[in-house]
Amino acid sequence: MTPVSRPRSRVTRQLVPWLALLPMAATVLWVYVGSIAWSVRVSFSSSRTLPIPDFVGLRQYERLFSSERWTVSLQNLALFGVLFVVGCLVLGFLLAVFIDQRVKGEGLLRTVFLYPYAMSFVATGLVWQWMLNPELGLQQTVRGWGFPGFTFDWIVQQDAVMFAIALAAVWQASGLVMALMLAGLRGVDESLWMAARIDGIPPWRVYLSIVLPMLGPSFGTAFVLLAVGVVKVFDVVVAMTQGGPGLASEVPAKFIIDNLFNRANIGLASAASTVLLLTVLALLAPWLYARGHATRREARAARALAAREGTGEPAVRGVLA
Amino acid sequence: MSAVMGRAPAIARGGSRRLPRPARVGLYAFLLTASVFFLLPLYVMLATSVKPMEEIRLGNLFALPVKMTLQPWAQAWLSACTGLQCDGIRTGFANSVAIVVPSTVLSILLGALNGYALSFWRPRGAQALFVVLLTGAFIPYQVMMFPLVRALAAMGLFGSLPGIVLIHTLFGMPVMTLLFRNYYTGVPRELFMAARIDGGGFWRIFAQLMLPMSLPIVVVAIIMQVTGIWNDYILGLVFAGRDNLPMTVQLNNIINTTTGERLYNVNMAATLLTSLVPLVVYLVSGRWFVRGIAAGAVKG
Amino acid sequence: MASVSIQQLGVRMGTTSILSQLDLDVHEGEFLVLLGPSGCGKSTLLHTIAGLLDAEAGSVHIGGRDVTHADPKDRGIGMVFQSYALYPTMNVERNMSFGLRVAGLPKGEIRKRVERASRMLQLDPLLARKPAQLSGGQRQRVAIGRALVREAQVFLFDEPLSNLDAKLRTELRRELKALHQELGATMIYVTHDQVEAMTLATRVAVMRGGRIQQIGAPGEVYARPANMFVAGFLGSPSMNFVEGLATAASGTPAVPAVLGIRPEHVALRPGSDAFPGARVTLVEPMGAHEVVWLDMQGHKMAAIAPSTGEFPPGAVVGVQMDLARASLFDPNSGVRLDLPPAGFYHRPH
Repeated sequence: MTPVSRPRSRVTRQLVPWLALLPMAATVLWVYVGSIAWSVRVSFSSSRTLPIPDFVGLRQYERLFSSERWTVSLQNLALFGVLFVVGCLVLGFLLAVFIDQRVKGEGLLRTVFLYPYAMSFVATGLVWQWMLNPELGLQQTVRGWGFPGFTFDWIVQQDAVMFAIALAAVWQASGLVMALMLAGLRGVDESLWMAARIDGIPPWRVYLSIVLPMLGPSFGTAFVLLAVGVVKVFDVVVAMTQGGPGLASEVPAKFIIDNLFNRANIGLASAASTVLLLTVLALLAPWLYARGHATRREARAARALAAREGTGEPAVRGVLA
Repeated sequence: MSAVMGRAPAIARGGSRRLPRPARVGLYAFLLTASVFFLLPLYVMLATSVKPMEEIRLGNLFALPVKMTLQPWAQAWLSACTGLQCDGIRTGFANSVAIVVPSTVLSILLGALNGYALSFWRPRGAQALFVVLLTGAFIPYQVMMFPLVRALAAMGLFGSLPGIVLIHTLFGMPVMTLLFRNYYTGVPRELFMAARIDGGGFWRIFAQLMLPMSLPIVVVAIIMQVTGIWNDYILGLVFAGRDNLPMTVQLNNIINTTTGERLYNVNMAATLLTSLVPLVVYLVSGRWFVRGIAAGAVKG
Repeated sequence: MASVSIQQLGVRMGTTSILSQLDLDVHEGEFLVLLGPSGCGKSTLLHTIAGLLDAEAGSVHIGGRDVTHADPKDRGIGMVFQSYALYPTMNVERNMSFGLRVAGLPKGEIRKRVERASRMLQLDPLLARKPAQLSGGQRQRVAIGRALVREAQVFLFDEPLSNLDAKLRTELRRELKALHQELGATMIYVTHDQVEAMTLATRVAVMRGGRIQQIGAPGEVYARPANMFVAGFLGSPSMNFVEGLATAASGTPAVPAVLGIRPEHVALRPGSDAFPGARVTLVEPMGAHEVVWLDMQGHKMAAIAPSTGEFPPGAVVGVQMDLARASLFDPNSGVRLDLPPAGFYHRPH
């Protein structure tokens, strides 16, 4: 493009990459930062259908937290969050460990456990809605097998509906956790297993005391991905129960969408969005800090080692006495 | 500690003897049970979708169809009611294709460009921008939704195909940029320096050297974007407009907004039809799909 | 300390046979090096001794006990891997004591053994550190320490120095040799680096294609290689080979043979009729000496010369070979011929 012989100033050399990055810059500034700032601004106003440029302080937030619908949605979210994250982590980890045992048909098993993740949350919600249908689904089927007292009507029970949703969600996402854990397990050097065999350490103990601690980062990543999915949960609820019965499976994301588009309450919805945003940031910050900390610690250790070995300092002062 | 992969692994694969007999039985039992748990819904979907309604009303979810019929599939495709119209889910299929193809192409192009600029050229301040972009990927859409709606409406793009394509491109940018940036960090810098010595500029190196070299990661990116955008619901619901509703939205309309008796077999057929494309992509791509997860999940 | 005795060992990987009918006796307290190129079976042999691989045929005895079908932990062995395989989330003390704790040894006994090993290997100041905070040499010592606390009778090393840079490698090599002298333990060491083999071994076993080509003290294997492969594998630059005919003193007919002579036994003299002539093609200065490459009537040869620059490229020189130190090999089988060569006629090219 430019002949090599012509010297180019530092500025022009930096210019072209920046021009190419303009879409990214625009996205970051306009879409992310801009719209978040806008939303937060609206949450401090009394906007209903259209934005009103006034300032009412925390009134929308007070309305928010005195709304039964919102508090229920938060409770549901917390319950769902625990069930979903724990369920996926445990099931995903177990699946990964068991597949890592050099079982036959490993590829086939992986395909079976991961295919739900390829389906949309809407499809998942709809299938499980059908399966958990009290009149024609699992409950009726098992009753037809000769267990007339069998009940599995979680999906229409206010106290149990979040469990049903969590079940469907765990079904979909465990495969993801399994894939992440498997990648972590494969990072465990084979010679570690051999050394443990020579030391006479039984396999279960190796998993518990050696492998599990090494999987810390994998768990961390999986946890963050799952947690973010929890906060965003919308599709599966809409598909499976539409928030019902009543408000029993209402979730914050749905609350926001409803208020934004159906109930013309954009001030309230913006307040709710801001709360959601703060929750996500609160989850992200410690994880990002921990990762930054670990990287800094590794970098420091590496530098110290390089300095020591570079100066030729003997690793042992004098030969072994 | 640097875990060095020596040639040792090929030798001492005596690992399969790690567990004693009874433990091995338990292992397979667990895996079998898990497989049943995961496969059951798929079976139920398939079985229900080919049963006539009389059999479904019998209330035996797992029974094999006595009288198999493909009528539910035909009905789902051609005449199911998605809101006001009753043209079946095929319009949704066409819409989804029209949304997915340009969105995938654009988001991958931009992601590759960004990743390339970030990892080889490293203009000042770009790293900070990138970190903010990544954090943005975690933020729930609802937070940014209303301003985006207003902005798109102001540009006359709200509820239109270009509008939804733009949205998907924008929201796909963080993960795609991360994917390509990580990939390009693995490309030896010497290659890039040799190209510059040969006289290549920014665009030429990108188009003629880096992009052609990126085939493996482009495949991963295509898989991620196709499945991700196809399976999206909320963005399509809000931004696509009535004429461009993707299949997922229409699916939900068919199933959850019907009056009269619910035709479960049609519903399941429609669900399968909607899941067909991503499932096929998944089955065909196999290992690449997993690679996409690993690449997208390892943030930085 | 124990001896290791291997009889008629057969090991397969899948359908391929890696080792077959292999016999080896490792004496108590010796440092035996298994030397050979990639794929020669040396690591397979080591892993079979360790019990990580099953033997299809033959037997392995350690300290007089038949351990052919015993678990690795019951064989009285310790092993150091190329990557040291230290448990990354445990500190040094726990790395060394973990196996003992799993075995259920009383705490006092564990502490005693760890202290003893730590003192011997000078690990006391490092006990609280994690592997990531240790240097390569320190990690090696911890890996050895793990074997020490198990009161291993035989120490196995699987190419522990291969991943290190040259300087660290020479340093750790010396430490290992000192350690062996101090402990007097039986050590079996696998490497593809002939310098490590020569400096560390009390005996070297050169392997190729799953068979032991020659076993003996380093000096012996170096001076009297059993075949051309061994001859070419040891020594750098490697031995010169010249095809030709050898005559014996007694006037028996000349036999086709390959003459093997090491560069350090090839002396260069100023060109004259007294010695066979050659032309210098390339000179590699090594600091302490020079490697002079010659074209001797079509044969390519290397000679070691002092660093005087007396024989620049293009010069014609006289070549004086110390035939007493040369070896003769059969040209077809490569096996050493035990003829004292009275004369050797090379085949001109």
